[in-house]
Amino acid sequence: MDVNTRVRALEYLIAQKAVPGVVETVPSYRALLVYYDPSVVGYDALCGELAALAEQATNTAMPPAREVELPCCYDGELGPDLEAAAQRLALPVDKLVRLHAGAEYVVYFIGFTPGLPYMTGAPEVLTIARLDSPRVKVPAGSVAIGGSQCCIYPVESPGGFWLLGRTPVRLYDPDRPEPILLKPGDRVRFRQIDRREYDDIAARVAAGRFRPVIR
Amino acid sequence: MSGPPVRTMIHVLDAGPQTTIQDAGRSGHMRYGIPPSGPVDRRSFALANRLVANPDGAAALEFTLIGPRLRAETPCTIAVTGADAPLTLNDAVASAWTTLTLAAGDVVRIGAARAGVRGYVAVAGGIDVPPVLGSRSTYLRGRMGGVHGRPVARDDRLPLGAAPAAPRHRTVPPEARPQWGGEPVLRVVLGPQADRFTDEGIAAFLGGSYEVLPQSDRMGARLRGARIAHARGHDIISDGIALGAVQVPGDGQPIVLLVDRQSTGGYTKIATVCSFDIARVGQAKPGQRLRFTAVNVATAHRLLKESDAALAPVELEEIA
Repeated sequence: MDVNTRVRALEYLIAQKAVPGVVETVPSYRALLVYYDPSVVGYDALCGELAALAEQATNTAMPPAREVELPCCYDGELGPDLEAAAQRLALPVDKLVRLHAGAEYVVYFIGFTPGLPYMTGAPEVLTIARLDSPRVKVPAGSVAIGGSQCCIYPVESPGGFWLLGRTPVRLYDPDRPEPILLKPGDRVRFRQIDRREYDDIAARVAAGRFRPVIR
Repeated sequence: MSGPPVRTMIHVLDAGPQTTIQDAGRSGHMRYGIPPSGPVDRRSFALANRLVANPDGAAALEFTLIGPRLRAETPCTIAVTGADAPLTLNDAVASAWTTLTLAAGDVVRIGAARAGVRGYVAVAGGIDVPPVLGSRSTYLRGRMGGVHGRPVARDDRLPLGAAPAAPRHRTVPPEARPQWGGEPVLRVVLGPQADRFTDEGIAAFLGGSYEVLPQSDRMGARLRGARIAHARGHDIISDGIALGAVQVPGDGQPIVLLVDRQSTGGYTKIATVCSFDIARVGQAKPGQRLRFTAVNVATAHRLLKESDAALAPVELEEIA
């Protein structure tokens, strides 16, 4: 079991047992931040309880992961680093797209900005050092790779990953009852779409008439 | 024909540079990258609410450096606390930390803070904007909560919740009002990555004084002072960021993360400022200096208990 799966299993166990005093938890790659109320539980007592759960987490079965399909348009305009990334990786552009869209990704955790998934699952040939100088503004919806990871920028923000394409789906929408689309542990696949379909879905998203496929 | 029932409203005549609606904050969403938000100075915020007989966490205004100018559209009761700023009611000097009764048309004006940065205006009944994820707090970067996710603006009309019977006139006794200014010493617990700094780096952090920079905001207070040297690199594998975490990027200058912080980050964290000292970080003006002193977890918890115990029974004095 890899370390991130253990992190998520521990978080799951803490939620299942409703450990007294725990207020909220924040998973990351290899750590779980646990917020607690010291007027309910002491530091040493809680550490003891969490250590026992961490042992248990190594063989805990979690509920099945959700599978989420996100349409993604890979082209030079929506993915301004597509060509440069292909060159850096010594791959033809269409091969890079095929490899990226063909993989299944696991959401390790959400962080940085609301709803931003840090995902792993790309084939090793897509491993690429981050941009030498991060962009000040990455457009919302950008699908990007950096290191061995893939992420999607939910809101316009700075960013140091290579932008390969864009999804018209909103990962964060403060006006939805559930503003955040993805959760830690979700499996994500990209479905390659052309620019016409991108524009069509974007219009339906804006009108509140598009839902990504979630199984 | 009778119209809809008249709602109690506050009309914003001037908003000030950054005034937002805040309540106790939203919890449980940091695992989705959404920070808690809420007031930077919880104690002043809670006292403002108590003065108008609201629950401690009712939605109120938090202003920054310069306060708003507000007109009561209907009779209401308000209180102003936090940063020390000039306060007038219809151009006559009025008292902060005190219940104020407004008639329809009355205008309250709050000027530039003499000490402190963040002030609170609570109104009886609370500000009744729609809750988002269980909270009315404004999270500006996420365009969430408050008035459509933005700061309060001129000509906004803020609806109020139903207020109980007219609150009594009370005041926070002067000895219970916080003092801003000077060079606050903040209690910190070292870690979680204190081992990533040299002994000299830790000595600099605990021995020096750090100036608050103007780029500070509700996300974090940026400080400048003696360089905090890393032992082996300033990057870590990203992990969660607690309230008060003191992040030290490659330039060796600390950032204290506050209520609108990012949920995770990849810089080393030398220490965490205790929650009861967060208000003193957020109330330090740009140019003011801060110092840090280390305590252990047991001491921090004892001090937290004392701080909570000191707030619980603050006797609001009746005013004749």
